[in-house]
Amino acid sequence: MLAQKTIAQETQCYHCGDDLPKSPYTLDDKPFCCLGCQGVYQLLSSHDLGNYYAYNDVPGQTQKNGAQHFEYLDEADIAANLLDYSDEKISVITLYIPAIHCSSCIWLLEHLHKIKPTILQSRIDFLKKQVVVTYKNKELSLRQLVETLSAIGYEPLISLQDVVKKQKSDHSERNLITKIAVAGFCFGNVMLLSFPDYFGITNLDQEFKSFFGWMNLAFSIPVVFYSGRDYFISAWNNLKNGILNLDFPLALGITVMFIRSIVEIIGNTGAGFVDTLCGLVFFLLVGKWMQQHTYHHLSFERDYRSYFPVAVTLIEKGGERPIPLNELKVADRILIRSNEIIPADAILLKGDAEMDFSFVTGESLPVKKVLGEVVYAGGRQLSGALELEVVKPVSQSYLTQLWNNEAFFGEKNRIRTFSDRASKYFSIVLLSIALGAAAFWMFKGDTGKAVASFTAVLIIACPCALALSSPFTLAAVLSIFDKNKFYLKNTAVIEELARINTYVFDKTGTITNPDVSGFTFEGSITEEEKQLINDLARNSGHPLSRELVKWLNRPAKYTVGKYMEKVGRGITGTVNGNTLKLGSASFLGLEVKQPAKGAVVHIIINEQYRGFFCSEQQWRSGFKELIFKLGKAADLHLLSGDQDQDKQTLIPFFPRAQQMHFKQSPQNKLDYIVQLQSSGRKVLMFGDGLNDAGALKQSDLGVAVTDNINNFSPGCDAILDGASFYKIPQFIQQAKDAVKVIHMSFAISLTYNALGLYFAVQGMLSPLIAAVLMPVSTVTIILFTSIAARLYAKKNQLL
Amino acid sequence: MNIIYFLIGCSILLALIFLLAFFWASRTGQNDDTYTPSVRILFDDEVQPVKEELKSDEDHT
Repeated sequence: MLAQKTIAQETQCYHCGDDLPKSPYTLDDKPFCCLGCQGVYQLLSSHDLGNYYAYNDVPGQTQKNGAQHFEYLDEADIAANLLDYSDEKISVITLYIPAIHCSSCIWLLEHLHKIKPTILQSRIDFLKKQVVVTYKNKELSLRQLVETLSAIGYEPLISLQDVVKKQKSDHSERNLITKIAVAGFCFGNVMLLSFPDYFGITNLDQEFKSFFGWMNLAFSIPVVFYSGRDYFISAWNNLKNGILNLDFPLALGITVMFIRSIVEIIGNTGAGFVDTLCGLVFFLLVGKWMQQHTYHHLSFERDYRSYFPVAVTLIEKGGERPIPLNELKVADRILIRSNEIIPADAILLKGDAEMDFSFVTGESLPVKKVLGEVVYAGGRQLSGALELEVVKPVSQSYLTQLWNNEAFFGEKNRIRTFSDRASKYFSIVLLSIALGAAAFWMFKGDTGKAVASFTAVLIIACPCALALSSPFTLAAVLSIFDKNKFYLKNTAVIEELARINTYVFDKTGTITNPDVSGFTFEGSITEEEKQLINDLARNSGHPLSRELVKWLNRPAKYTVGKYMEKVGRGITGTVNGNTLKLGSASFLGLEVKQPAKGAVVHIIINEQYRGFFCSEQQWRSGFKELIFKLGKAADLHLLSGDQDQDKQTLIPFFPRAQQMHFKQSPQNKLDYIVQLQSSGRKVLMFGDGLNDAGALKQSDLGVAVTDNINNFSPGCDAILDGASFYKIPQFIQQAKDAVKVIHMSFAISLTYNALGLYFAVQGMLSPLIAAVLMPVSTVTIILFTSIAARLYAKKNQLL
Repeated sequence: MNIIYFLIGCSILLALIFLLAFFWASRTGQNDDTYTPSVRILFDDEVQPVKEELKSDEDHT
């Protein structure tokens, strides 16, 4: 066991756990995959922070992604916007660090003062992936702080849209918890004071009975007017809009219970229903809290602002100066360094532009731009600095203008849940039974019984169990999905998922796996020559070279001489006495017709053309089965921004070829969804890039597929980890089963209601029956829904 | 039996104190992060060699 573990570790980088290259870097007998990882290790061990590696194996983050520039943090007004608090001596800042993932991270980031003694305190909120740092602002600038974090591999994400969530959302949750606390406090005390009555107080002093009654009444006041307030407000607002939802019978029940308790206690005719009332409100609020499950580390409301940088380097006559992005104007000249993002549509003036548009289109292969060409906002420059002239303001760029579409304004139509629809009929039936019972006793001439039965029906039928069926079922399903890396925005999404009958897929990055790519070789080449190519290509940082080396998968054998790289175009060098040239056709001076698909690397060995490697896209694992399963019951569509080179390979998957659309602009995609919806379809859209953002927002259910949930994903209803892509049919089935569970639990709680009504219509409901029936039905529902949801999850292989 | 009034008064007062303590905790954000402290408490205390030196000095005197 132990021996196995050591072997496993030796093939991994000691810092980040990546596979080691054939010739790893070593320091202190520990292997590292790159200089970056080794540097972090060196920094940590020199500051006596070696414990970082003791709490977890390979806790670090890969350092291969290159450094960012933080000069803009020196600008006072940019920094002032970011700081939480600042005075003459200290500053406090909350930073969002996506890399936080294990206990070692907590330990290291809370020991920052060992690296920089000027950092006074740092505290982590692990679930939100935030760190609050207090530092002496005289001795340490914000930029230095961020650079320190960056140097140990914890680069904070600083973006235009405040990623560090404002405390506002917390307040609503805190308010709810306070309401639950008040209701729980009153419920407990009322139960205590009601017990004597349950066991028969008659032989005790009557004096106590009315004292307990008055105490109960006093406890019910905060429950009704503070904790239960929202039910009255919501019932009233809905009535005004002509909607009968479950809040109406709830508010009615609470009111009737409260008034009847007052009458009974003041008139000393009975014990009232205060115990039932408090229990009801308490359980209802707990149900509400269950439904408010939030993911602190995920955001479903992101738009382009959370992806764009905070500042950009402006080129002026006097030199370079970082300015906040909102001050960027048309005709400004900007400098984009490698790894920076183009914030606005701009014309390329200087430099070799090689843009990674993977966030925008999902396409991982870089795109080259020539001088004078317009570069769209959202691309990331891969290598070398660029000079550009802005041609459109940030908010008017090709991509960002999508956000001006009406789909982004106003709330999406509220998802109609089953309980919304059922409660309408429920309310009507309930009111007619109550009135019927009252009329019956009136007719018999017994006014007292008429009032008693009318109120009793409203009390006993107060749909507590009914109101809890949905929240508890859906909360259980939500946590099951959560374990399977499918994160939903809220519980209503589950019911929507069960109703979907049309699926729309984006191609690149959504159904293809951006990480895995294979190559085919056309031409003739020997194994020995592959070795030469491998040794040459491993020197290049270009994504295509890296993919090629990964695919060739062999150790380095020869050293390379006269290595030269033309960024983004090709590489040359001599390996074992042979002159090699790898790269694009234009770099090698070839007149080769581009093949139909994929990126191409041409090979020239000793001035002789040997052929080319062509990259192939790989479908996500399980894609074929997934399409087959979904296609049986629903309509499938494909929308791709790319050329139609993959059409032939996709025809077996999408049987109706007219439902595959290529060369779609973001606006086209959005319009297509609208068109589907207007023909009455419930559309689910799978997408990943910014170009799908409009379609995701417009569709009934937008699901963003991403391989790293900490990365940017566009605004959507749900985020799906790429690793769970093949589980989609199971998720759909589970959502359908969840709706079934809700139906069943509705039936159960209606049975309880009918049972209570049997007593109520006869006008002989005692407070004891109400006090027993309400919690028993509630507990039954909670147990039934949680167990049933889990059983179904087992059946669907999600647990 | 009048002692019951006093006892009930005491029990409610006690419960109120707990309720107020909960409000205070919630308002000062002590329930905001319910995960990190559970990890933080497991970290070992740092061994500080400086202290040992001091100790040995004390022994000498």
